[in-house]
Amino acid sequence: MLPPHLRTLAHVGSEVTLDVSGAVTQRSVLDALEDRYPMLRGAIRDHVTLERRAFLRFFACEQDLSHESREALLPEAVASGKEPFMVIGAIAGG
Amino acid sequence: MSRVRVLAGTRKGAFILESDGKRENWTVSGPLFAGWELYHLKGSPADPNRIYASQTSGWFGQIIQRSDDGGKTWHQPGTPPGETKGPGGMPRGESNKFVYDTSAETGKPLTTHQFYDGKQHPWEFKRVWHLEPSLSDPDTVYAGVEDAAIFRSTDGGKNWKEMPGLRGHGTGPMWQPGAGGMCLHTVILDPSDAQRIYIAISAAGAFRTDDGGKSWKPINKGLYSQYIPNPTAEVGHCVHHIAMNPKRPGVLFMQKHWDVMRSDDAGDNWKEISGNLPTDFGFAIDVHAHEPETIYVVPIKSDGEHFVPDGKLRVFRSRAGGNEWEALTKGLPQKDCYVNVLRDAMAVDSLDKCGIYFGTSGGQVYCSADAGDSWAPIVRDLPAVLSVEVQTLQ
Repeated sequence: MLPPHLRTLAHVGSEVTLDVSGAVTQRSVLDALEDRYPMLRGAIRDHVTLERRAFLRFFACEQDLSHESREALLPEAVASGKEPFMVIGAIAGG
Repeated sequence: MSRVRVLAGTRKGAFILESDGKRENWTVSGPLFAGWELYHLKGSPADPNRIYASQTSGWFGQIIQRSDDGGKTWHQPGTPPGETKGPGGMPRGESNKFVYDTSAETGKPLTTHQFYDGKQHPWEFKRVWHLEPSLSDPDTVYAGVEDAAIFRSTDGGKNWKEMPGLRGHGTGPMWQPGAGGMCLHTVILDPSDAQRIYIAISAAGAFRTDDGGKSWKPINKGLYSQYIPNPTAEVGHCVHHIAMNPKRPGVLFMQKHWDVMRSDDAGDNWKEISGNLPTDFGFAIDVHAHEPETIYVVPIKSDGEHFVPDGKLRVFRSRAGGNEWEALTKGLPQKDCYVNVLRDAMAVDSLDKCGIYFGTSGGQVYCSADAGDSWAPIVRDLPAVLSVEVQTLQ
């Protein structure tokens, strides 16, 4: 699930479905997202370091996963497609 | 008949304002990229339908947009299928990738600059402040960025490469951010010498290359900045903007943090021309398209009060290349006005009579179709205006 500005950039609706091969982690999900929508590269994480941009957060299954390792497995409900992995813009600024 | 296209970047999107050569009746389109900060848009002199835009956000970072049809449609260069290919055949999506050059081949340019606390701080890319398309090649464009550096793309904005000689020339550890960040905000290409480029940085000063960007030198002799430890230092000056008439490329005009300056020798020496201005603080400065000694500034009260003095929005014009200034007020609010005009928010067209344009922090874009004698708002209620450029079209 993407915030509105990123939906506009990628020309998609709020939710996109991705096929992820191998372990389902933050990194593999975002790799798959950027492979399909390369215009999002650099908008969610740094091109080189792959660090999450400071004002974005990652939520899933009512948990804030923003500070989890990017290699950690995501909840099974996300991996199976029952629950969304959400990229959220922090509520800050005007 | 000639017509004009004004490109306005604002805090919450971009707008395109178009008129015929009379510059009386305008159409307004936008917002483009609604909700994003548009620091700068500029058209290619070699192909007016090619327009580049810098779209930024504190949340989502830097995006480069490009139009090939005069602003009707836009895309991120390299992302449409069929353009630059990456692994797996997908577009590479690197048009927003601005990575500082640290390669051994280019001498590993310096890695730190002075920070607000006086300590050294690593370079961190934040955004593109200014896009300057080549005078002759629509696919070549320069980007002035924060933290200060200059990048170049030779493929229409798909890929960007730093010109590392600027950061590598040696004075970088003395550069420091101004209140708006450490930004490279001015890029001027010399139409008489393809190897010569001028740039300006807040707060480092002005620099020039005479070899196409391989090497750079500070050109700040004559600047006096009482707010730095050595007021006449080689670098450290908060240059706000520089303007040049392309028909006389050796003559430069500068709005410094305080002081309006001119150079008659390509920046080697500067002298103050503030003269009778009510205040010599300001951001914007520009030169008449046909009269190279006619220049325009918008004095701002002070660095602590970023609005026009006395509640009056006044453009000041000098027809003598400085020192003697006249207030231009016809059609501009002369009471209860407290707006600012930022450094890239003034532009001139090349019609006869020369048109002058500027945008304000209050969301107005004004036009004078008679070289400043009288003014009228094109639009009054846009988001705060960050930049104004104008294209003169046939």
